[in-house]
Amino acid sequence: MPNDIFYDTHMKNKPTSYGRMPGIPDGKDLKRKLLRGMLRLRLIEERLSAIYHQADEIKTPMHLYTGQEAVAVGVCAALRPSDTVSPYHRSHGWYIAKGGDLNAMMAELMGKEAGCSGGWGGSMHLLDTAAGVMGSSSILAATVPHAVGAALAFQMKGEDRVAVAPAGDAAIEEGVFHESLNWASFKKLPVIFVCENNLYSTTTPLSARQPRVDIYKRAEAYGMPGHRCDGNDVGGVYAKAVEAVHRARRKEGPSLIEVMTYRWREHVGPHYDWDAGYRTKQEVEEWMEHCPIRALAAEFPAQEVQLLRDEFEKEIDESLAFARQAAFPRKETIKESIRV
Amino acid sequence: MKYSESIRDAQAVMMRQDKRVFVCGLGVPAPGEVFGSTRGLKEEFGDQRVFDTPASENGTLGVLLGASLQGMRPIMVNQRVDFFLLALDQLINHASKWKYMFAGRQEMSVLIRLIVGRGWGQGPQHSQSMHALFAHIPGLKVAAPATPYDAKGMIISALQEGGPVVMIEHRRLYDEAQDVPEGVYRVAFGQARVALEGKDVTLVASSHMVSEAKKAVRLLGLKGISAELIDLRSLRPLDVQTVYSSVKKTGHLVLVEGDWKPCSVSGEIIASLAEKDPGIFKSAPLRVMWPDMPAPTSAPLEEAFYPSVKDIGDACFKVLGRPGSVSEEESQEKVKFSGPF
Repeated sequence: MPNDIFYDTHMKNKPTSYGRMPGIPDGKDLKRKLLRGMLRLRLIEERLSAIYHQADEIKTPMHLYTGQEAVAVGVCAALRPSDTVSPYHRSHGWYIAKGGDLNAMMAELMGKEAGCSGGWGGSMHLLDTAAGVMGSSSILAATVPHAVGAALAFQMKGEDRVAVAPAGDAAIEEGVFHESLNWASFKKLPVIFVCENNLYSTTTPLSARQPRVDIYKRAEAYGMPGHRCDGNDVGGVYAKAVEAVHRARRKEGPSLIEVMTYRWREHVGPHYDWDAGYRTKQEVEEWMEHCPIRALAAEFPAQEVQLLRDEFEKEIDESLAFARQAAFPRKETIKESIRV
Repeated sequence: MKYSESIRDAQAVMMRQDKRVFVCGLGVPAPGEVFGSTRGLKEEFGDQRVFDTPASENGTLGVLLGASLQGMRPIMVNQRVDFFLLALDQLINHASKWKYMFAGRQEMSVLIRLIVGRGWGQGPQHSQSMHALFAHIPGLKVAAPATPYDAKGMIISALQEGGPVVMIEHRRLYDEAQDVPEGVYRVAFGQARVALEGKDVTLVASSHMVSEAKKAVRLLGLKGISAELIDLRSLRPLDVQTVYSSVKKTGHLVLVEGDWKPCSVSGEIIASLAEKDPGIFKSAPLRVMWPDMPAPTSAPLEEAFYPSVKDIGDACFKVLGRPGSVSEEESQEKVKFSGPF
C-alpha cells in the first residue's frame, strides 16, 4: 500500500453511518440536497466517461471528479450564491456544485461558442461568474491566491462574502499555496482553503512526495484552524465547511479543511486505471465500497433515488443535445481578438 | 517634476478619482517609499489602500489578480525587476491569458511596476531589464517610459483601460525632471514618439537608453550628423510604423536597448522592417546592446559591460559608412547616481 500512513489513518477513521450530523437541524432535507448534488454530479461525469472517446466530440483533456463528489458538494452546500470558488483543473465538480450552468459546461467541453468560456477554455478553464465560479486554471495551486484576492476585495469593499480555494494534495507542495495561507492569515481574510487529498499527483503517491506530516496540521503553523474530514461522508464535510464559513463571516479569518478522498478514474481521461501499476485494484475497490453517494442513497427509498436518476439523465440528455447543436466559434475570432 | 514624482502623482491622481485603485508591494509604505515613488500615499489614502505585502511575489500577484476579478484595480510595486521573476506563473500563465481563456468574459487588471537597477555594483540579479521577456507574451501591455510625462500618462492609461500592464521603470531616470501637467491625461500604448527629428540616421531607444541616445545625438550634431531619435515608450504593442517612416526617410538604423541581443525588442524591430520592406535599408542596421552575459559587479567591469554614449555615436558613423567617431572625453557620462540603491 503506497500511502500506508495516510490511507490507513483515513480508513480507520471512517465512520460507519451517515445518520449522525451533529449540530445540523434540518437533517433530512439537507441530506436530500446533498444526495441530489452528488448524484447529479456523478451521473454527469459517468455520461461524459461514456461518450468521451466514442464520437471524439469532446476534444479537451478531462479530469473527472468521480469518487470525490462529497468534497465540492459538501463545501458548496455551506455557501451562498454570492460566495465564490476558484477551482483548479479537476474543475467539473466545483463548477456544478457551485451552481454553474450545465448546458454551458457541456458546450464548453465540445468547444462551442455557447460554452461557459466561449470555447476558448475547455474542461480545465470553466467560468460562471453568476454562480460565483471564478475561472479555473490548470496550474497547481495557482487559483488559491485568486480566492485570497477575492477575499481581500470582499474585505476592502465591506462585503459579507466568502471565497473558497480548492486544491489537491499535490498543490500544497507548491510555494504559492503557502504564500497564500500566509497572506490570508496575516490579513484575516474570509477564505476557506479546501485540500482534496486524493492521495495521488497524477500517478505519484503522496508518500513519494511529502514527509509524514498531516496536511491539515500545517494550518496551525499559519495561525489558522485546520480540520480533516472523511471524503466519503458528505455530512461531515458540510459540517466542517459550515464551521469555516461562520468563522470567515465573523471576520475571524481563514481555515483549512483537508478532505480525505479518492479519484476512482485515471488522472485524465474516462478510464479506470488499476492496471496502470501505480495503485492496486484492491485499493480502488475499497474506496468504491465506501462510495459517498451509495451510502447516503441507502437512507432514501429506492424509488425516490430512481426518480432522481431519471430526472438527471433527462437533464443530461438535454444538455448534450444543446451542446451538440450549438455552433463552433467562427475562426475569424482568432484574428479579431489577438491584439490587446 | 521628477520621474519618481510623476509616478507618485499618477497613482495619487487615480486613487483620488477611482476607489478601486490601491497600491501595494514589499516596502511600499516603508522608509524610502520605493525611491520616493509612493511618498505620502499612505498618509493621504490610508493603510487599507496603500500597504506592505509579504515577500511573496507570485502569491501577491495572484492575490491581486483575484481582487481584480472582483472589480479592484491593484498596483503592484516591485523594487527590482529581478524579484518579480518569481511571479512569472501568475503573470504569464494567468494574467496574460485570462481574457482569452474565457473569451473576453473576464479580464485580469493589474498594473505591475518594475524597477531596473544599474550601476554602483548592482550585479547580475539587480540590473536586469527583461524588456524582451515581457514583450514576448501576448495578452500583456508593456511600457518602458523614458520621461516623467510619459510615465504618468501611461500609468493613467493602464489603470483606465484595465488588463494586465507591466511598466518597466529605470532607476537612472528617477531624478530626471520636466514639466508634467496636473490631473488626468493619457499616453497611449503602442505609439512611439519622435523625440528628436533628424534626417541622416534613425536611432531607436526605450527607457533609460533614450537619455543616453539623446546625448549621442547632440555629439553627432557637433560632427555634422543629423540623427532622428525615436522613443518607443511602449514595447507591447510595439509601434513599428513610426520606426518604418523614419528609416524610410534616413535609410540607416541604429537600435539602442538596455538588454541582451538574442530575441530582443530591437531584433523584433529589424525583423518586422525586413518583412515589411527590405528595400528601405541603405546599410545593415546595428544594435548597441549588452554583451551576451549577466552584468558584473566590480566597477571597471561594469563600466566595460554597459555600452557608452560613444558606442552609440560610433555605431551611427558606422551605419553611415563614414570615417570618424564621437570623442571619448565628450561622451564621458556624468553619473549623479550613487548607491546603495
